[in-house]
Amino acid sequence: MRDKPPAEPPSSEVTPEKTYLRRRELLKNAGLFAGTAVAVAGGLHLLGRKQTRPMDRFVPDAGLVEQPVAQAMGPFDTDEPRTPYEDVTTYNNFYEFGFDKNDPARFAHTLKPKPWSVVIDGEVHQPRTVDVEQLTSWFSLEERIYRMRCVEAWSMVIPWLGFPLAALLQRVEPTSHAKYVAFTTLLDPEQMPGQRRASLDWPYTEGLRLDEAMNPLTLLATGLYGRQLPNQNGAPLRLVVPWKYGFKGIKSIVRIRLTREEPMTTWRLSAPREYGFYANVNPSVPHPRWSQASERRIGDFERRPTLPFNGYAEQVAHLYTGMDLRRFY
Amino acid sequence: MASSPYPWLNPALVVGGLSPLLMLAIQGPRGELGPNAIEAALHQTGLLALVLLVASLTCTPLRLVAGWTWPARVRRTLGLLAFTYAVAHFLVYAVLDQGLAWGALWADVTERPFITVGFAALVLLVPLAVTSTNRWVRRLGFPRWQRLHRLAYVAAALGVVHFVWRVKKDVTEPLIYGAVLSLLLAIRVGEYMRKRRARAAAAARNPA
Repeated sequence: MRDKPPAEPPSSEVTPEKTYLRRRELLKNAGLFAGTAVAVAGGLHLLGRKQTRPMDRFVPDAGLVEQPVAQAMGPFDTDEPRTPYEDVTTYNNFYEFGFDKNDPARFAHTLKPKPWSVVIDGEVHQPRTVDVEQLTSWFSLEERIYRMRCVEAWSMVIPWLGFPLAALLQRVEPTSHAKYVAFTTLLDPEQMPGQRRASLDWPYTEGLRLDEAMNPLTLLATGLYGRQLPNQNGAPLRLVVPWKYGFKGIKSIVRIRLTREEPMTTWRLSAPREYGFYANVNPSVPHPRWSQASERRIGDFERRPTLPFNGYAEQVAHLYTGMDLRRFY
Repeated sequence: MASSPYPWLNPALVVGGLSPLLMLAIQGPRGELGPNAIEAALHQTGLLALVLLVASLTCTPLRLVAGWTWPARVRRTLGLLAFTYAVAHFLVYAVLDQGLAWGALWADVTERPFITVGFAALVLLVPLAVTSTNRWVRRLGFPRWQRLHRLAYVAAALGVVHFVWRVKKDVTEPLIYGAVLSLLLAIRVGEYMRKRRARAAAAARNPA
């Protein structure tokens, strides 16, 4: 049996050529439209800023602190809500690992905080070089819940673990010539890749006047939230000076030197008009590029007024009586 | 415009160009912009305003150098997208960041050069956005319209300065935008000089 040729559809059902071409044109244009829109969105995404995400944290958790810690609320502790651990450990300024706030959390895994030795020298009767674990074992760790005010006008509340710097200084016995304490961060571009760029004069250095260093608020921290300091927060040993802007809190310290002269500090060297030696939190002295009168607590929507000495005036204002704090910013 | 050979081009640019802004509007309230969402939105909108403004300024140099004519069709869209991001940037700063504290805003704009130049760039973009329609081109006459719209270069330069002063350290990224902008401007100036020489030569040949 021969196949019948398929019946042609009635001409009324044949798509007119013009319509057919228009449909093809439409489909082609739709494809080009979608492709271009995606390409433009993708290009802008690449050029734009990358956002911090919790999964961006590549540094392994540092683990619980095993030493016993005095848990009672101390006289300097704030009862304000603590900034979540997630935020404290993913929003950092630590230019040794990059400029973006999430860079330290992403890249600080190259830092090896163990073993770690710290040199204590200069104007002291008992200079020494000591491993940080031994150094920590000399003192009982305390939890201190402090406000932290960054010079960039944001702030956090962080439960630190550490011991007063004064306890360490008493142990090494400053000479009568000691007037200042100078701190130095590790210099090792292998561990701190950001040091390959000459963005700041490495290594990072900071300093305090001796009476500031001896103030009971001044802490050497080895942990936070009951855990060892994560690398991005300055493992294994960092300074916490809660009435000063955050950049005074030098991280990953390898040297503590007592000096006769005021030491040069990294940010002051980099931009002397913007960052001084004292760097006390002061709402009435604006940064040249922004006001310091208010701040945003991380996690809050509205700004809050910034307090003189970050709310610690009662403990530290007497250190500066008679000083013009506009001049000594 | 109706008989454009690329009817999909401008709609695609608008949709693709606005999608980062839409992402911010979705991610921000959901807490997906990191610990400091307002700062993240501020940086993103500011950077994209500059990117789009520089992109809009590449259209004419592309025609001069490569002979392409299609970029001229997207120049207005790119410029208006840049303006949209600049306005969004300002609103994030004034409303979300500063909470419309007028005193603080006034002090920022008048006392802090970093903010003054950013604000000046935005102000310069306003007349350009307003006069971006065909009607305004006709109303002003093309030569005057063209002169007015050269302000886009001034605004972009102010945007680069604003960016340089914004970063604490490492000005590499803002300087890249500065370099691109300088190159574009150099092409335009080169073309202007060439035309002037050609006119002078023509005038010398045919003294009127």
